[in-house]
Amino acid sequence: MSGGANVPVDSLPGQPPVGEHGALSCGKDVKFSEEALAEFEKLLTRYPTKQAALLPSLWIAQREFGWISREAVDYVAGLLSLSPAFVWGVVTFYTMYNRAPVGKHLIQFCTSISCHLNGAEEVYHECRKKLGGLKPGETTPDGKFTVIEVECLAQCDKAPAVMVNGDDHAVITKDNLDKFLESLK
Amino acid sequence: MSQKKSGFHPAGYEPVLLARLGKPNSRHIDGYVADGGYSSWKKILSGVKTGEWTPVKVTDLVKASGLRGRGGAGFPTGLKWTFVPPKEKRGGKPVYLLCNCDESEPGTFKDRLLIETDPHQLLEGMMLASFALDVKHAYIYIRGEMVHGAEYLNEAVSEAYAKGFLGTDIQGSGLTLDITVHRGAGAYICGEETALIESLEGKRGHPRIKPPFPAVSGVWSSPTVVNNVETLACVKHILDRGPDWFKTLGRNEKNTGPKLYCISGHVERPGVYEGPMGLPFLELLALAGGVRGGKKIKAVIPGGASAPMLTAEEVQSLPLDFDGVAAAKSMLGSAAIMVMDENTDMVKAVTNISKFFAHESCGQCTPCREGTPWLNKMLKRIVAGQGKRQDLDLMLQIANQMGNGMTICVFADAAIAPVLSGVTKFRSEFEAYIAKSAALDYQLPAPAAVTDKVAARVAEGIHS
Repeated sequence: MSGGANVPVDSLPGQPPVGEHGALSCGKDVKFSEEALAEFEKLLTRYPTKQAALLPSLWIAQREFGWISREAVDYVAGLLSLSPAFVWGVVTFYTMYNRAPVGKHLIQFCTSISCHLNGAEEVYHECRKKLGGLKPGETTPDGKFTVIEVECLAQCDKAPAVMVNGDDHAVITKDNLDKFLESLK
Repeated sequence: MSQKKSGFHPAGYEPVLLARLGKPNSRHIDGYVADGGYSSWKKILSGVKTGEWTPVKVTDLVKASGLRGRGGAGFPTGLKWTFVPPKEKRGGKPVYLLCNCDESEPGTFKDRLLIETDPHQLLEGMMLASFALDVKHAYIYIRGEMVHGAEYLNEAVSEAYAKGFLGTDIQGSGLTLDITVHRGAGAYICGEETALIESLEGKRGHPRIKPPFPAVSGVWSSPTVVNNVETLACVKHILDRGPDWFKTLGRNEKNTGPKLYCISGHVERPGVYEGPMGLPFLELLALAGGVRGGKKIKAVIPGGASAPMLTAEEVQSLPLDFDGVAAAKSMLGSAAIMVMDENTDMVKAVTNISKFFAHESCGQCTPCREGTPWLNKMLKRIVAGQGKRQDLDLMLQIANQMGNGMTICVFADAAIAPVLSGVTKFRSEFEAYIAKSAALDYQLPAPAAVTDKVAARVAEGIHS
């Protein structure tokens, strides 16, 4: 599996070296806030096993820490009594857990068939060009934008469809690309 | 959603699943109850102690309606429910109901509309199904990308608890039901029911070998039923208005009820349209305003990216239902209809779809893990003007060795369907690319002996 934000991490500039179980280090210990811990405890009551809370716990971790670092993997593994290697295996299977820091706006271009038929690839390339020739998964130096390509967003009636963080944007074309980027600033 | 209230269904057809589309606050419980929502659930809550309502009665109504799963496979829902072993044979294990809202099949966006505009309709369907199946805890597995959809569902679930439609001993009925919304994190394969189960258990989404089937041993080794969003929404209407009414909506006895159609690609008004099961393709196309710019059709994908492509001739009299599309040697799947106009570059379109499957293969079985990227690489080579004359036949050979039951799930069959149909039906376009190539020929390997069960496997469907 390879989401754009999940391109091989060593290809991203300025990142620390790859850690023991393949995850990048964020250089410090991490732990959930009180609020997040309460949310985590509540999660555990919704499943018959602790392990089932792994995906939702990783979502909390990503919200709290911005991305899933080696320390976040170790921390979540500790909370759920799982091995870090197992947790990392799960993290890498899914495309939406960011394995490196991403910009304030994670711009996700759908290039699957319906969006392809409506010229999505051109808009995707044009967008990266406009942002200073970003490579897929790369972040602008000001930390504002990361641009990646994703598979179908279930917005085929609004092709070419784009998702920024969790928000849906309809019909992003070469013509309204400038306006779209401006609206994010 | 920007869908307009009018014009999303044929004239004279009264919408069922999208009846509340466009109403202010359609996703909140007060409006839902004011429109008669939760009346079937209330009927059961008050009728369970008197014996007026039993799980068998609900299952029988669903069976009588002829409802078939809307996620892709079209398997009869009531029959699926009866595969759950009776209480005395479950060894004390609970039964789980999982709602499949992992809608990831390219071209499909109907479940998104249902949960974003009318989530209580789904919840009521889940309550009724849970009663029929003796479920105490049901889960909604929603794909990670639908961030707002998950928020809306969580809100709706909280409202249902607050109004006393969920919880322990619901309204003194003795029934208990919890519903939990569980977010995925980006993986197409999790729409395959056993991969969904693995994912819910907190693992990588690797499909399981069947048997055992989920109805016997699914999530947490318990009997499990996985149903699509639209399927469960239909259950609510069957209980509201009866199976006979439900059957009047379909084209025939085997294809019944209301149906949501997602149409996209080169049409004037892409969107979700509701009609009876078996709506003729041309009628749907007319509702969507026809082909954009008045152009001609070159190809149509009738059921999501994993459905074999059809030519313009093949869709002229095509009824959009499970058996109608199967008769045209494709599948209705999740009713994701994608229209490609006469100017479409079919080589690039097939290459795009092959990229999707190469990216989304879960990596468990070698034919699929290795085959999907190889098909994509060969196609990219052809697009880049480096194709060789033997490439097309080699691709068909590779495809035949990936499908035919060589893998644990039907993903590989889904992945090869667009390549097989695309290369076969639009071969001259591929040859035109290759004719311009200066690449050297090579010797084609001897074909392996295979049995042609591809169509049957694909017809089993993968999911929505």
